Amino acid sequence: MNAISASLADSRTMLRRNFRHTMRNPLALFNAIIVPIFVVFLMVYVLGGAFSVGTDYVNYATPGLIIMTIGHGIGPTATAVNSDMTTGFINRLRVMHVSRAAVLNAHVFEIMLRTLVAIAIIIGVALAMGFRPAASFPQWLGAIAIIALTVLAIGWLTVAAGLAAKSPESAGIFGVPLMLLPFLSSAFVPADTMGPGAREFAEYQPFTSIIETLRGFLTGAPSTGTAITAVAWCAGLSLAGYLWARATFTKRA
Amino acid sequence: MNGSAIAASGLRKAYKDKTVLDGIDLNVRTGTIFALLGPNGAGKTTTVNVLTTLLTPDAGKVVVAGHDVATETKAVRAAIGVTGQFASVDDLLTGEENLLMMADLLHLPKAEGKRVAGRLLERFDLVEAASKLVVSYSGGMRRKLDLAMTLVGDPQIIFLDEPTTGLDPRSRRTMWEIIRELVAEGTTIFLTTQYLEEADQLADRIAVLDQGRLVAEGTADELKRRIPGSHVRLRFTDRHALDVAARVLHESTRHDDELTLRVPGDGGVRSLRALIDRLDAHSLEVEELSVHTPDLDDVFLALTGHGNTEVSGR
Repeated sequence: MNAISASLADSRTMLRRNFRHTMRNPLALFNAIIVPIFVVFLMVYVLGGAFSVGTDYVNYATPGLIIMTIGHGIGPTATAVNSDMTTGFINRLRVMHVSRAAVLNAHVFEIMLRTLVAIAIIIGVALAMGFRPAASFPQWLGAIAIIALTVLAIGWLTVAAGLAAKSPESAGIFGVPLMLLPFLSSAFVPADTMGPGAREFAEYQPFTSIIETLRGFLTGAPSTGTAITAVAWCAGLSLAGYLWARATFTKRA
Repeated sequence: MNGSAIAASGLRKAYKDKTVLDGIDLNVRTGTIFALLGPNGAGKTTTVNVLTTLLTPDAGKVVVAGHDVATETKAVRAAIGVTGQFASVDDLLTGEENLLMMADLLHLPKAEGKRVAGRLLERFDLVEAASKLVVSYSGGMRRKLDLAMTLVGDPQIIFLDEPTTGLDPRSRRTMWEIIRELVAEGTTIFLTTQYLEEADQLADRIAVLDQGRLVAEGTADELKRRIPGSHVRLRFTDRHALDVAARVLHESTRHDDELTLRVPGDGGVRSLRALIDRLDAHSLEVEELSVHTPDLDDVFLALTGHGNTEVSGR
């Protein structure tokens, strides 16, 4: 068996393991799917009626809710990666000559699939609540691409944070800012309605450009400048997360 | 192979200004149990990590199973199995799934993997627990599964980093039995432990590690003989006999309330015979005679020259 097919076989084995983890971890599933659905109901039915954003609120909020969903599922992954590191499971794999790529890619791939399933469910719920996207087919592809890029960036950062954290508990806390940052973006209300300080922060943080790009695609009016900023953020964060994860994996025995 | 399963010379490792390994030389013969004994923080795990390709030493050469660890990493990894300090099992998989995952990662054919997993579950008495999630296992079961996972690859050399730390006495004995069986089958075992009794029970050779240096190496008996403290204990029937004997054996120390004398000696047959001759020559009646050789607790304290609260022998 050559190195590449061995690495692919190992990736499959690790991916199967990660999926079993997710399916057997009720908190992970709850965080990944039920919490975002709850937030959709909260924002659209409970609070949304009070917001004036110039369009049907479900149409405004859904892109933000989609991006927020990504941050919700990752806490358990960071914890799982960390406990693999601290309990010596990763050392076991290293002694078995399992490639670094197989171990790390399997985690990112699992986050990707799990998050895309959760997002599909969220979009379904939003459609049922009156969400009416105006995207053409290529715009849908653009929407999916920006979602996938965002998951990739957050996925690599999550794996890196999990590897680097001292304990599973401190790894778990890593997901919290990613859950909270979307609230300080244009996810639920436009940034220019916010108070001073919050407005500047919201305008320049990565989630705003990502959410605005997605919103542009879904409403059929994408803005190239915002899209470039969003893609640059995603590419930069993915690369940073990837390099961080790689370095930590090699360094920590 | 030249009979040497693990050969290391001049191993050094430092983290920033803290020296963890300070020139370690080791030689482990094929098919034997070698115990690296030392308190927490002595450098045991670092040594294991270096020997098992996980950590690159700052200096020194390591040959494991005939392959250089630095240049033939893959060949070394194919020959060894490592069971770490914590049971590195997957809590959210069942026992059987854990074993099958190992088989998959070793790229065994499916049927072969199933067969190996089934055999190991049986051998380690885990058949009933095979389809339960590991999170529900006891500490002893986790360690057994951990070792079983290491054995899926049928390694020639097994590294066990503190395999019984935290286990109850019964599980510890079970683990010892398993280790003895493995060696009987020809496997080489490199074991680290902070339990002196464990090294005494299992190991063909013992090296004592303290603050990154090997302070002694040999069989358990050799180590015990290296330190003073062997003595013969004589018990007498009454005070009068004790008084007489104490005058004759003036090098001894007496314990009046026990009616005993401790006579220092090397514990060997020759000195024992000489002692008995002296007792006979003075017609001294001895109620009871016993020879005391120091146990590894004494050895450890004598060799490292400092007390160690973490060492517990029994």
